[in-house]
Amino acid sequence: MRIHCSRTACRAGLTVSFAFLCWPSQAAAHLVTTGLGPVYDGIGHLLMTPDDLVPVLALALFAGLRGATSGRRALFFLPLAWLTGGLAGLMLQGLPAFPVPALSFLVMGALVAADLRMEARGITVLAVGLGLVHGFLNGAVLQQGPGALGLIGIMATLFVIVALVSAFVVSLRRPWTRIVVRVAGSWIVASGILMLGWAFRG
Amino acid sequence: MRTRRARTVVWGIATILVWAPSALAHVESGQAAGFLTGLSHPWSGLDHVLAMIAVGIWGAQLGNPALWLLPVTFPMVMALGALMGLIGTPIPGVEVGIALSALLLGTMVLGEVRPKMVFAALLVGFFAIFHGHAHGTELPPGQSGLLYSMGFVIATGCLHGLGITIGLIHRWPAGRLALRCAGAFIAIMGVNFLWGALR
Repeated sequence: MRIHCSRTACRAGLTVSFAFLCWPSQAAAHLVTTGLGPVYDGIGHLLMTPDDLVPVLALALFAGLRGATSGRRALFFLPLAWLTGGLAGLMLQGLPAFPVPALSFLVMGALVAADLRMEARGITVLAVGLGLVHGFLNGAVLQQGPGALGLIGIMATLFVIVALVSAFVVSLRRPWTRIVVRVAGSWIVASGILMLGWAFRG
Repeated sequence: MRTRRARTVVWGIATILVWAPSALAHVESGQAAGFLTGLSHPWSGLDHVLAMIAVGIWGAQLGNPALWLLPVTFPMVMALGALMGLIGTPIPGVEVGIALSALLLGTMVLGEVRPKMVFAALLVGFFAIFHGHAHGTELPPGQSGLLYSMGFVIATGCLHGLGITIGLIHRWPAGRLALRCAGAFIAIMGVNFLWGALR
């Protein structure tokens, strides 16, 4: 049972998702110090921050479900958007107050769980939206640490993660394996709902 | 000559290794502990364990699309129940609801009941709210809420997976009988939990 949506509905959904993703949020992350230099600190920061890592994995899963073309779009646009957002975050001051990562969990997880049919252009919009917002939050945090070099490490890690995860999902042929991916999406949604709860509780 | 040089090198390496470097890292606390607490929490309550396994077994008995629809529905609605708990919305009779979930889901497995898919999803979703409200908010102080939540959701999903795996024996006649016996056991345990909750 795959969910289909018309072009208008798809556009409306993407616009709402993008608006949610662009909503300013509070960055609760802290820096990871590897002792190996700023590039590795950036890599460590992404890998040790589930707020950023899980939405990236969800996007990679979704892009993989949508096929190789979508996977390629996510592979190139996500790191570039992340870098752009990160550079903006490095230059600008102040962090927003709403828990955007929770919304990223909800939107990305729901897309995976629903296995929503979407054109490659839609994946591009999602990748750019996710990259800009999370990149901005990362940039604001990295101001106090590795700076722009940290962003390079994050970019490289994003490229590797999206390449491996999307390619793996694209290679899945048996129906039950795609169901497992969708179940993982539902877990991401559930974690996002709980994350919202913790944010509201304070 | 060669032995003396080797000794010098070994002593040099040993000195460098023993040299106390400055510690640049800071202590991170609560991250892994939060995840592990969340991961182990669902296994600690027999009522939760039996209800989750019953969901998996019932899904396996019903076949597609219930096989994946029920385990997908449960964690999301369970998280909504936990959200209600986190924002302070009370739900009356949580323990009774959990006990009833074991009783009714066990009965469904026992009778191999095949309702409409919407009804099955609604039944599972209804009880998921009680499980989420009771268990999703029990975070020990000082631990990461997000990682606790992720561990909790993953463990619940694994319990469903365990139920589905057990339910694979449904293809054999003896397996069907064994599953119905398991359903009877879960239902009896549900009565026991209900007795405890109402006392």
